[in-house]
Amino acid sequence: MKAEKEKKKKIIKTIRIDVDKCNGCRACEVICSAYHADPKYSSNNPARSRIRVIREPLRDIYVPVYAGEYTVAECAGRDKYIIDGKEYDECSFCRASCPSRVDFKEPDSGLPLKCDMCEGEDEPLCVKWCLADALIYEEREEEIEEEVEEEVEDLEVGLEALAGKYGMQKILDTVARMSKEG
Amino acid sequence: MRYAETGFNLEIDLSRGNIEKVATDPRETELYLGGLGTNAKILWDRVPPEVDPFSPDNLLIFSAGLLCGTPATGCNRTIVSTISPQTRLMGFSMMGGFWAPELKYAGYDKVVLRGKSPKLVYLWINNDKVELRDASHLQGKGAIETAELIRQELDDPRIQVAAIGLAGENRVYFASVEQGRSSASRGGLGAVMGDKGLKAIAVRGTNDINVARPEEFIELCNEVLDYIKWREEHPIPGVMPILAGLGSPQEMKIHDEKWHTENFSWGNSRVRRKGFWTEEIAKQWTETMESARRRLISCFNCPMKCGATIQMPGLPTYMMKCFTKLTYTMAAFSDLEFGLKIAQKATEYGVDGFSTPQVMAFAIELYEDGILTDKDMPGFPEGNEERFYWLLDKIVRREGIGDILADGTYWAAKKIGKGAEKYAHNTIKKHEQLPLKLSMLNPIYFLMYCTGEKINITQIEGQFPQAPFPKREQREEFVKDWFQVPDEKFKQYFLDWEPRGENSIPFYPTVEMTCDIVDWQEMMHYIDDALGMCAGLSSFPLKPPYHIHNYPKFISAGAGIEMDEESLKQAARRYRTLVRAINIRRGMRRKDEKPPEDHWKKRFPELEKKLLDTYYRYKGWNEEGIPTKETLENLGLDYVSRDFLKRGILKEGEESSTEQSAAGNEQQ
Ligand code: SF4
Ligand code: SF4
Repeated sequence: MKAEKEKKKKIIKTIRIDVDKCNGCRACEVICSAYHADPKYSSNNPARSRIRVIREPLRDIYVPVYAGEYTVAECAGRDKYIIDGKEYDECSFCRASCPSRVDFKEPDSGLPLKCDMCEGEDEPLCVKWCLADALIYEEREEEIEEEVEEEVEDLEVGLEALAGKYGMQKILDTVARMSKEG
Repeated sequence: MRYAETGFNLEIDLSRGNIEKVATDPRETELYLGGLGTNAKILWDRVPPEVDPFSPDNLLIFSAGLLCGTPATGCNRTIVSTISPQTRLMGFSMMGGFWAPELKYAGYDKVVLRGKSPKLVYLWINNDKVELRDASHLQGKGAIETAELIRQELDDPRIQVAAIGLAGENRVYFASVEQGRSSASRGGLGAVMGDKGLKAIAVRGTNDINVARPEEFIELCNEVLDYIKWREEHPIPGVMPILAGLGSPQEMKIHDEKWHTENFSWGNSRVRRKGFWTEEIAKQWTETMESARRRLISCFNCPMKCGATIQMPGLPTYMMKCFTKLTYTMAAFSDLEFGLKIAQKATEYGVDGFSTPQVMAFAIELYEDGILTDKDMPGFPEGNEERFYWLLDKIVRREGIGDILADGTYWAAKKIGKGAEKYAHNTIKKHEQLPLKLSMLNPIYFLMYCTGEKINITQIEGQFPQAPFPKREQREEFVKDWFQVPDEKFKQYFLDWEPRGENSIPFYPTVEMTCDIVDWQEMMHYIDDALGMCAGLSSFPLKPPYHIHNYPKFISAGAGIEMDEESLKQAARRYRTLVRAINIRRGMRRKDEKPPEDHWKKRFPELEKKLLDTYYRYKGWNEEGIPTKETLENLGLDYVSRDFLKRGILKEGEESSTEQSAAGNEQQ
């Protein structure tokens, strides 16, 4: 991957998550997975959602978490937060699609999922469908000097994940076989 | 491909421990939609009237509605159906929460249970892996506790659990099935579950649910959401707060209980307490609620927040919604703190919040009047609140007097004798009703009380205002954006409805208008119960987001079954009639269709007869309330009419006397 120095205007997209307002309805999971279905809206399945709500009503725990980067290996250590006397489970606030959790992976292929802020829509659809205002979308412009990394394509991320799971050689063999069959 | 539904049911034989995944016939969906509709079909086909509720041959069906698991907002109902031990008729109760969508994602529309397990088990549905697991360690555990233990045991917080408590295990006739946020409480379904030796059903699913025409479907969903937002900002003026908005009555949110505490009856549904709601009480109850309530919470995919997590000092947290807030309080002439505390126990035991307090108040009245004595109730405490706790424990354990009371007021009174029947005064079809005693007969409510086969007024009322608005201008304002009406004539009915004078109850709405109104109200509930929609967004509130005009589009775009208003009405009529057929075959007749004797002080026997006669004809039923051969055949229920003829319920040649009914049918 190349890197270069460059002045750039960047739109920072933020979703403000107010866990006190979340009522645990999971509408965000429904619309997210529907939007990302192919064809669009043709199906839904919260297990494919790029937002997952950690929800434990009896302990009053409600944390909507977004899928972030894929990681091959899990963290060396784990963290556990206690806020207002409520103890959150390990990794509750982590966005990673990581080997140690089932969230943020396609249920059948195991491919990692990542929130794309509903590219192409006016606002992320989870925000639109959260009438409780637990999710608020904000955009701001910042001028920054940054290391620009070439966008890693979805395909590449997916392949990396598969390689992590099955080993690179097996992937290459399978691709070779499939292209012959095709 | 099947749309909206999965096309598979799970058939579980608990006697043999056998589990089968069975493909369903898509034509049944077209005819009966799903949920309640297809449940009724299964019960008709497989549970003949000779089958006792506690026979292994009785079925217990947990069904997701047709549109559950699609993005349709608020569509999350589980429809539980069986033959009720209390009414001996078809019992069906719905629960919201999260269970039905999870079942869909696991790949099933229904779980059909038959037989009896020799030992206590629970069912674990994990996508394609389905197993019966030992539940002996869960015996006697609370319903909420059970759900937590199962989640820990199976190590997945996303598992949804429907469980019974001790009451269900001990076959209390008003035992509920609890699911954390919600419960299926009416009709004693929990008792049948306990009888079958099934402690819980745990489910987890990670599969897709498809819709037929995606863009169109999501567009409809977005319209509903926009309308919900608009209604949040525009509550209906001129009605009390719990009727102004959407959702189930917002009992967890709204503190003003003047209306309930002064209009509903206290104790064994006898005493009205005018002037009860003082400033002091309001302050005290508000404080109780605010310190107990941790958060307002929703069901799956719904923004309405009708429930709450409740934490009373020193007690485990539980969840509550709706009118259970007040039923224990009012039955015991106590305060909100007592009500919220005992409800915690009651929820863990798994009992219905309408019947249970009434059964206990009934026992206390019998004791006060010397019909039950210390001999019947050794150790009965002195203090009022202690008595309620004592009775609750005895009932769920079926110990001593509790064993008799656990059958509900109707059956208990029969057993107790000595005039106890007079104290079981608030039932319909043997099932306890809301504690409501009023003055002037209301024709709409009269018909609903008589003919509602969910045997619960809240499950048939809605849409049409409960009372006329005082001024014509208010009524004109109300009908302006009342687009939910199936026909413009309903607006006129309402415009002309006056609180006093010629156009007031009991003679206005006229008999014919009353039939139209009741039929509309009932139809919307039946559609909800087939689709799995929450009544709180559809049939119950005024001006809801779902109605007869957008429902056919939801079904067409969602399930891929082409529907228009007429064909949807016809389908609803079909399975509504099938529910009646099941009950008729079990002996229900006109004599059973009446409100509690003392529900209204001012009664009008002639008018009441006319109302029932006319409504029966309107529905295509004969004077006994039995659907006629012609009605049945028009609905494609020929198999029912053949059965009725064979059993002598209908007689060949009777059709001639029911010509009018066919006309009534078309009129709809
Ligand atoms: S839609 Fe909003 S309120 Fe509902 S679970 Fe998601 S974040 Fe919470
Ligand atoms: S309206 Fe209330 S009861 Fe109905 S689904 Fe929504 S939150 Fe649940």
